[in-house]
Amino acid sequence: MAKIGVFVCHCGTNIAKTVDVSRVVQASGRLPSVAHAAEYRYMCSEPGQQMIREAIAEKGLDRIVVAACSPHLHERTFRNCASAAGLNPYLVEMSNIREQCSWCHHDREVATERAYEQVAMTVAKAYHDTPLSQNSLPVERRALVIGGGIAGIQAALDIGDAGYPVTLVERTPSIGGRMAQFDKTFPTLDCSACILTPKMVECASHPNIRMLTYSEVEELSGFIGNFEAKIRMKARSVDLKECKGCGDCWEKCPRKNIPSEFDAELGKRTAIYVPFPQAVPNVPVIDRANCIYFETGKCGVCKKRCPVGCIDYDQQDEIITERFGAVVVATGFDVMDTSVYGEYGGGRFANIMSGLQFERLMNASGPTGGHLVRPSDGQEPRTVVFVQCVGSRDEDKGHEYCSKVCCMYTAKHATLLKDKMPNVDAYVFYIDIRATGKNYEEFIRRAQRHYGVQYVRGRVSRIYPEGDRLVVCGADTLMGEQVQVEADLVVLASAAEPRSNAKEVARMLGIGQDKDGFFAEAHPKLRPVENLTAGIYLAGACQFIKDIPDTVAGASAAASKVAALFAKDHLLSEAQIAAVDPEICRGCLQCVEVCPFSAIEESTYKDPFRRIERTVAKVNPNVCMGCGTCAAGCFAGAAELAGFRDEQVFDEIATAVATEAVMELSWAVAPETESEA
Amino acid sequence: MTTYAYFPGCSLNGTSKEYGASTLSLSRALGIELEELDDWSCCGATSAHCAGKEVSEALAARNVALAADTGRDLVVPCAACYNRTRRAAQAMEDRKTRERLSQIMGRTLGDPVHVLHLLELFARPEVTEKLQAMVTRPLSGTKVAAYYGCLLLRPKDTGIDDPENPTIMDGLLRQCGVEPVEWYFKAECCGASLAIPQASAVEHLVSRIITNARSWGAEMIVTACPLCQVNLETRQSTEPGTQPMPVLYFTQVLGLAVGIVPHDLCVPSRVADALTREAVTAGGE
Repeated sequence: MAKIGVFVCHCGTNIAKTVDVSRVVQASGRLPSVAHAAEYRYMCSEPGQQMIREAIAEKGLDRIVVAACSPHLHERTFRNCASAAGLNPYLVEMSNIREQCSWCHHDREVATERAYEQVAMTVAKAYHDTPLSQNSLPVERRALVIGGGIAGIQAALDIGDAGYPVTLVERTPSIGGRMAQFDKTFPTLDCSACILTPKMVECASHPNIRMLTYSEVEELSGFIGNFEAKIRMKARSVDLKECKGCGDCWEKCPRKNIPSEFDAELGKRTAIYVPFPQAVPNVPVIDRANCIYFETGKCGVCKKRCPVGCIDYDQQDEIITERFGAVVVATGFDVMDTSVYGEYGGGRFANIMSGLQFERLMNASGPTGGHLVRPSDGQEPRTVVFVQCVGSRDEDKGHEYCSKVCCMYTAKHATLLKDKMPNVDAYVFYIDIRATGKNYEEFIRRAQRHYGVQYVRGRVSRIYPEGDRLVVCGADTLMGEQVQVEADLVVLASAAEPRSNAKEVARMLGIGQDKDGFFAEAHPKLRPVENLTAGIYLAGACQFIKDIPDTVAGASAAASKVAALFAKDHLLSEAQIAAVDPEICRGCLQCVEVCPFSAIEESTYKDPFRRIERTVAKVNPNVCMGCGTCAAGCFAGAAELAGFRDEQVFDEIATAVATEAVMELSWAVAPETESEA
Repeated sequence: MTTYAYFPGCSLNGTSKEYGASTLSLSRALGIELEELDDWSCCGATSAHCAGKEVSEALAARNVALAADTGRDLVVPCAACYNRTRRAAQAMEDRKTRERLSQIMGRTLGDPVHVLHLLELFARPEVTEKLQAMVTRPLSGTKVAAYYGCLLLRPKDTGIDDPENPTIMDGLLRQCGVEPVEWYFKAECCGASLAIPQASAVEHLVSRIITNARSWGAEMIVTACPLCQVNLETRQSTEPGTQPMPVLYFTQVLGLAVGIVPHDLCVPSRVADALTREAVTAGGE
């Protein structure tokens, strides 16, 4: 006969205000198998925990039910408490009478009854609890960082500095990412490249960092501490070790008219190219899709010009497979294509551009050498209009969310413009100004007061060409008037959004996405850099749009999580995991399909009675996260989740639907049990 | 011969007789029969939906039901009629709304028929191809501005094209040898019924549209809405020395291109002469 102890928490007044805790304790004390019932103001406090420990020792309790808040908050607390008293931690159950009862009821009578019913259900489940234990796993102390922007660079440097080897994989020919494209950074206006390049160089020369540029992760398998990644190192067509980056090859390349991705399509590049002058590594790649040699078999100018003979047209993609203990995902963001905005020209007018394009036009390494001109005719503008929230805060055509950085980068653009060309008129159309970082509000004020940028509160309704200029029509909602501005250049603060391939990457890595497509963190407040898949961490804008300070802070946080993981000798696996009983399994493999963590695989089972081999499903205990989807999906009842076995769940349900009867029964039949106040 | 149910609405028998006449002439030439709904009623126009949702839906749904009785898709040339009728057909998709409308009307409503604007019908590839083959007088000497107004395009779910940059009429005209200009006031407001309470507002809006069309080289405006046509034609300022901008229905222009006599299209002879003369000159070069 089990001896269950029930401990009901007041949570100050959080529970006690709507639930008559004493009555719940009295009634619970009469439930079958309950040997002890008690209450306390704060069960999670040290005296509360001591009360539980003492009761275990004195009354010989072998199951504990704590009726308090969500197990998300304190399950671990009470398991540790039981453990300290010598009880297996998996013999502790929590009944959430706060979020699921006291917080959602107003009527004290109803809430008290409901709380008691919940306790009765949990007691029924606890009755069937069995001791569980965790397995010990080894840890591969090497990290994989995916994405070589500022987030990936920072994470790699921090993990490397902690003494662990890191492999940094970057899809494009150079690390640097978005930050390398920016001209200046807000709110300090330091040159983006000047503060980024030292970190890029440090990354390249760090003894613990192995940098794989022009490479992509194609497959990831395994689990925390024991991942295996397949990485494709794309053929660069240039010998990475021998090349000195002299530039003879790209200066002489005859194909010069390819739109430059790095210059947001505003500039041109050659077929053999480095994306930007400060690229790391400073080694070009041949864009085979646009190379004359690869198109016609003739040309070979770069090969002839190369003084060290490092051009290799026959180079092949190389695929390597390596083991890692942790993965940091830092794949960044895309700028939204705003051509859905027909009212803003829908991409038809050359002089309407995105903020990123403006950034490149202002940049000394950009297509015009930092000279701001209209793309249509190369003339200097006299009036520039900035339109905020294009694609952000717009459920109809764009995204519901605020892109967070646009208010600041628009103020930066306008400031830089007025600084460089004081006679140009700058207008900013905005809905609200969101400048919540350190020195951000001051930065906006400076743009308005010192630089004389005209801020107009209102939406732009449409933009159309008149002659060689653009007419921007909008509302000034502070003046209550319609306004029209004739502009030479219009800069749209285009929304930032998840990478176009975020879905495929999420599937490849086995990580979740939120409703907007960003990679989902494990908890929005308390686990912001972790993913629900253990061992995978998020850094930078792939989780949600961040400015540079937040990106760097998040990347360091992810790195510290990795370092903490690697500091352990071994890992403990989940104890509440699923298992498939091969005797019952009929091999339909439905569970393999529904498992969100790819933890179940096909296996064969030698049936000792029928002496045949048949297909069954088998759970990898190290990968299983204990979600229970397989148990719910198993037609045969072969898959079962430890701690949530069928008899536990069914008894819980039976108690829920028959509580009145149980209640009567408990009042009538259960032996008198002393309850503490 | 393909037959469609046809709802002319009040305008096509009144202020825009020329739209009605040219629609029928052009359809006949194309071998499309437009069979006028028997006993059709008011679509509700702008007044009904200001008075109430149900009355506006019921008025237009009656015509959709009449079309359903014939079993034919319903073609509507007037932009306002189209907007209301299409909206009613969409409302009838909802079972509850349909039951309520049946109750109001005292008859059981079936599935709504497909409601299409005349432009949508002519822009169907097979119809456009046929039209193209019939062109005998390509009016390529005249630059026209295709003007859409609001009701053909908004709201988005009843609109027949991109509300910000519509191209359906431009494409149709171009394929039939007419030269539409690229301009940016295609969907600008004409002032609509403000013509009655506040004519000056309409005059201001119309003059902006006409000026903009002129600045992009247009010599004529082509429209598909009776109210737009009336406003643009009659409310434009007639400053001494400026020629008024002709405003025609797209059916009239296409009718001229396929050689229908101006009289059957209600095209003023002055305009027809000018257009065909230029076309002949252009053709003779």
